Amino acid sequence: MVQFNLPSNSKIKKGQYYKDKTGSKNIRKVNVYRWDPSKNENPRIDTYEVDMNNCSSKVLDILNKIKNEIDPSIAYRRSCAHGVCGSCAMNMNGKNGLACTKSHSELDGDIDIYPLPHLKVLKDLIGDLSTLYKQYESVEPWLKTTKINDKENIQTKEDRAKLDGLYECIMCACCSTSCPSYWWNGEKYLGPAVLLQAYRWIIDSRDEDRKERLKKVADELKLYRCHTILNCTNACPKGLNPAKAIAEIKKMLATA
Amino acid sequence: MSSYKIIDHEYDVVVLGAGGSGLRAAVGLSEAGLRTACVSKVFPTRSHTSAAQGGISAALGNMGEDDWRWHMYDTVKGADWLGDQDSIEYLCKEAPAAVLELEKYGVPFSRTEDGKIYQRPFGGMTKNYGNETVQRTCAAADRTGHAILHTLYGQALKHNTQFFIEYFALDLIMKDGACKGLIAWNLNDGTIHRFRSHITIIATGGYGKVYYSATSAHTCTGDGNAMVLRAGLPLQDMEFVQFHPTGIYGHGTLISEGVRGEGGYLVNSKGERFMERYAPKAKDLASRDVVSRSIAVEINEGRGIGKEQDHVHLHIDHLDPKVIEERLPGISEASKLFANVDVTKEPIPVVPTVHYNMGGIPTNYKAEVLTVNGSEKTVPGLMAIGEAACVSVHGANRLGSNSLIDLVVFGRAAAKRAAELVKPGMKHDEIDKSETDRCLDRFDKLRNSQGSNPTSELRLSMQKTMQSKCAVFRSEKTLKEGVDEIRKPFEGMESLSVKDKSLIFNTDLVETLEFDNLIRQAITTMDSAYHRKESRGAHAREDFPKRDDENYMQHTLSWCNGSKTKINYRPVHRSTLTNDVQYFPPQERVY
Repeated sequence: MVQFNLPSNSKIKKGQYYKDKTGSKNIRKVNVYRWDPSKNENPRIDTYEVDMNNCSSKVLDILNKIKNEIDPSIAYRRSCAHGVCGSCAMNMNGKNGLACTKSHSELDGDIDIYPLPHLKVLKDLIGDLSTLYKQYESVEPWLKTTKINDKENIQTKEDRAKLDGLYECIMCACCSTSCPSYWWNGEKYLGPAVLLQAYRWIIDSRDEDRKERLKKVADELKLYRCHTILNCTNACPKGLNPAKAIAEIKKMLATA
Repeated sequence: MSSYKIIDHEYDVVVLGAGGSGLRAAVGLSEAGLRTACVSKVFPTRSHTSAAQGGISAALGNMGEDDWRWHMYDTVKGADWLGDQDSIEYLCKEAPAAVLELEKYGVPFSRTEDGKIYQRPFGGMTKNYGNETVQRTCAAADRTGHAILHTLYGQALKHNTQFFIEYFALDLIMKDGACKGLIAWNLNDGTIHRFRSHITIIATGGYGKVYYSATSAHTCTGDGNAMVLRAGLPLQDMEFVQFHPTGIYGHGTLISEGVRGEGGYLVNSKGERFMERYAPKAKDLASRDVVSRSIAVEINEGRGIGKEQDHVHLHIDHLDPKVIEERLPGISEASKLFANVDVTKEPIPVVPTVHYNMGGIPTNYKAEVLTVNGSEKTVPGLMAIGEAACVSVHGANRLGSNSLIDLVVFGRAAAKRAAELVKPGMKHDEIDKSETDRCLDRFDKLRNSQGSNPTSELRLSMQKTMQSKCAVFRSEKTLKEGVDEIRKPFEGMESLSVKDKSLIFNTDLVETLEFDNLIRQAITTMDSAYHRKESRGAHAREDFPKRDDENYMQHTLSWCNGSKTKINYRPVHRSTLTNDVQYFPPQERVY
């Protein structure tokens, strides 16, 4: 029988243990995935004892505290710190989310922080999102209209309301990287984040390319690899519902 | 010095930064057929434009009569007469077309009953030269910046702009006083990239992170401003730092002025709507500097709220929950997340928080960078736009919703001007190796720092000094102390510690380079503030409480070499661009 083994350099080893130096009585253990591409070493889990008496409420605050006070080499993306830029998406105690909006009080026990699952890791918590970005480009995320004049398009409040729950997407990739179907067919299946964006343009009353847009996504792999697992909707830190957007596309195709 | 792998590129134009202004410029440049590279340290939609909430101003007149001249008057007054009125005329006149263009690009603006772009009231925006409130601020709920940024990125993709993403810019390449491109470090693979270009457009945003508490993102480090300083050029009006009246207490998250635009109001510990005392007409919709100072006075005089009596309350719980849901969904979410407040039932605890830099790289209304040598002159090959630039349309204080319009109007202006100056395929100059060496020397020195001061400690010390010595109210004493104190973290760099020596996503080194950028701007801000002995807009001196038009109708220019600064001035432009509008002479500024 054929045996499948993971390559030996994919095994995660036990890393360094950083003991608390503050003498705090309120300590939490934080386990963080580490991998440095410039060293020829396996990934490892470093453990940090963090003084929770002097730490603000979010997981990002813990990471900042580690970086500022314990280990400056730890690498993660971050920017706005209030859930609008989508930089600090990661996996915390097994669930994808934004470190800047996730309260550590909602996490039980030791905190495990990993990069978003099933992405090529570039360093530590930084994943490679280039495939997802290319897929985003492929849905041509711009308004297509032949109206060339200097007046605004008129859009009713009702038509505009159809964009609610879609345009708010911050492309953090929490949804796509939580989707087993995307894990398996990520090169070809567009995944929930990109399909939600595709639907945002399909349903925009100002856009004149609806038919073409639908035709372009109506593909066994691009669209129909969605098996309604709904991990995406469960993962979205903005409370959006990519699974519903995908279902709407399928419905439009079925009734077209 | 260890050897670095250098990769060369040639482009007609290089845009540094991919926020609202950088993307708008890139779109225009690509449309004009110029080979354009857009270099950014973050993926474009992660730029801080995404955090802009309330809206984008333009006298569309969708919700009652409006005129760009009224918008211009409001902007001049908001700027406390420090703005250049030729540039302000250009901004306000071009604004309606720029917003309609965004709508055509696909921005999902909220709508009126008849399907037009929805506009809301905003601070300082008035009808008929200051007479009553006007609805001028075009909104996509309270996520206007996010909606614009994502739409502009889509447009840039449509026009095949070439992006270099997660590249950290190090320095400009200068030759005989002209800019010939820039050098950047590719975080993805550790290589160094030399971009040669006929024009370099800096669109790197503000430097809010010199302060401890700011609504700014971690990445708002004004990298382009610091590159300009290192190139021996001045920054302008750096003392003018806007404190937004309503950052969430304890966390600093922005709560849009749109909240007050939709009817929200501030109260102190006595339950008084105190803004009625400070701005009888505009009340809670006075300009930001006025509201922030009023809050600071309330707190200083013991009428603050909470155990420490150090904040005030912002109420919207009287509004129809449906209005909140439709027009202010984002701030409801933020209040829940960061203040644990249900805005339909409770007030939001808020405090003035650093938000915007009126100062930056001096430019004219065509986005060309200015310096002074005897008289005003442009720097060939160099442009600046957005928050990084000081055009100056915002003068001493920016009005809310004038920043987003600044991004797109001057992004577009830069592209237009570049298309006049550059013909596709023009030959590039040879550049001396010494520019690259100078840049990489600094990079290599910082990377190999073996001292004992971690970047995070020096940064914290800088931020605390700025927060305590260069705040809403300033005085000779605090500023003098600040001028001395702010140099300490700079000196601390002599014994800097950088632990990570790698080149791929070395965020330890990124933050060190960012700190090196920040500290230069902190020093110029403090020194500029010390030298301006008057109160104007956001610069409030307790020892000089009045505006002094005789001596200070002037832009501050500050050069910075190491920790040494040179301060000089250039007169504010006292004329309009055309005869379509008259110059607004200085008046007393009351709201």
